[in-house]
Amino acid sequence: MTTMQSIFTIMVVVLGTLLTRFIPFIIFPEGKTPPPYITYLGTVLPYAVIGLLVVFCLKDAVFTSFHGFPEMIAIFFIAILHKWKKNTLLSIGGGTALYMFLVQTYFL
Amino acid sequence: MKTKAFKAALPYTIPICVGFLFLGISYGFLMSSKGFSFVYPMLMSFFIFAGSMEFVTVNLLLSAFNPLYAFVLALMVNARHLFYGISMLEKYKNVGWKKPYLIYGMCDESFAINCTVTPPPDVDKDWFMVFVTLLNQIYWVAGATLGGLLGHIIHFDTTGIEFVMTALFVVMFINQWEETKNHRSAFTGLGCSLICLLIFGSENFILPAMALIILCFSLFRKKEKVVSS
Repeated sequence: MTTMQSIFTIMVVVLGTLLTRFIPFIIFPEGKTPPPYITYLGTVLPYAVIGLLVVFCLKDAVFTSFHGFPEMIAIFFIAILHKWKKNTLLSIGGGTALYMFLVQTYFL
Repeated sequence: MKTKAFKAALPYTIPICVGFLFLGISYGFLMSSKGFSFVYPMLMSFFIFAGSMEFVTVNLLLSAFNPLYAFVLALMVNARHLFYGISMLEKYKNVGWKKPYLIYGMCDESFAINCTVTPPPDVDKDWFMVFVTLLNQIYWVAGATLGGLLGHIIHFDTTGIEFVMTALFVVMFINQWEETKNHRSAFTGLGCSLICLLIFGSENFILPAMALIILCFSLFRKKEKVVSS
């Protein structure tokens, strides 16, 4: 990708992000209430989107020669560490460190 | 008036400061490990100001030029903002010129604070929300820039550092999981995505997955309506 293409890609991402933030305020200006269907989606979608993002992160790992095995080990470790210490940063840092160690030593 | 609002907002943002510096530095490090100058994480963190999407954009910049895909992906990954917005319609009412900034800077963490915290009655609510949003943005941009700079100074094997994004989402998933007893939404998200990944492959699964998720929720809602009536 050229620098101009990179800048254009970033601008498009900025525009998309801005739209998601501003659209509700444009569709429902002060004094107008959103339909119940939209409010319903607002309560359930956040839980589903994170699941989608987890799968998005693992999308390429699944089809590699290790079939996502180092990723699974690291995720399992994060889950245990997070259940135990309940410290978001420790879980993210610990999980990433373990993953980096695994792919730099055992899963080359 | 402003000093008082600042003093009320600051303590709520301190935990976010630690988190944003850590994640921001990781993000800057990731970008520099992929060969980008610190200007990229600095400007991207400022203008996009949506952590997950910034990580995703690193992948976009490393693959073939496809602005339409980038745009749709930005809409999908950030779709949750639509619902933050809907939740904040009331609170961001009558705040005047501060409103565009509050909306622009509405990241997950600023939303969480502004949505749940009611400042003491002697504190100006509008300025309180502005400071929460502004402080969080400063932490994030500072972290990303610092990471981008450090990445060029400190050299170590960064293979696997991209896993920080996976780790972030896994932890968010666990946190959400423990917040509620009803795990149907979480299962719907995971299940629909996995099914679509296997059917459509890693390049094209996001849009069908999002459509399937919305379809499932629409069916659930219809069923619940039938049951309750």
